[in-house]
Amino acid sequence: MIANIIFFSLVALGIIFSIVRMVLGKTPFDRVLGIDVINIIITGLLVVIAGILDNPLYLDIAIVFAILAFLETVVFARYLEGRE
Amino acid sequence: MNILYYILIITGAVFYAAGGLGLLRMPSIYTRAQAGTKATTLGTMLTLIGVGVVHPAWLPKILLIIVFIVLTNPVGSSTLIRSAYRSGVKSSVEPAVDDLGPHYEKEAE
Repeated sequence: MIANIIFFSLVALGIIFSIVRMVLGKTPFDRVLGIDVINIIITGLLVVIAGILDNPLYLDIAIVFAILAFLETVVFARYLEGRE
Repeated sequence: MNILYYILIITGAVFYAAGGLGLLRMPSIYTRAQAGTKATTLGTMLTLIGVGVVHPAWLPKILLIIVFIVLTNPVGSSTLIRSAYRSGVKSSVEPAVDDLGPHYEKEAE
């Protein structure tokens, strides 16, 4: 139980640091990078939640979330590259 | 078995926090992308293997997620950083080696 609390505290720390970078970020690329890191952390978090709740349905959600996170990063990168 | 699970997920979470810290503290976009992407990829691998240790029936799907993350995470980060380079975002120090520069100058002509 205490291990779960440590795990979620560290994950929250990582997400909070990324959100601070998104708020502070000087260029749009910093903000997209913050979103990217948050998406990867949430993918791992969903799998751990699937283990804690003993419900394999969350694994499918994690797969779809990973695919959509990748698409989101690539689309934002292409959009920012084309913009002058 | 449970001890291994706890060690793996907490190590993975330490890498998540380290990735976030690197994202916050690093001086330029290029170093930030390196810190964030590498640390979180390793953290995801450790965490997912930790869950697979206690639920062996889920291992195929978990390995699928790991392979997908390892393939797509560097590709997404590399695409983002290449677009930052082409948009002219400066590095914090002058780079010693710049292999992309002549390539894009030649393409522009």
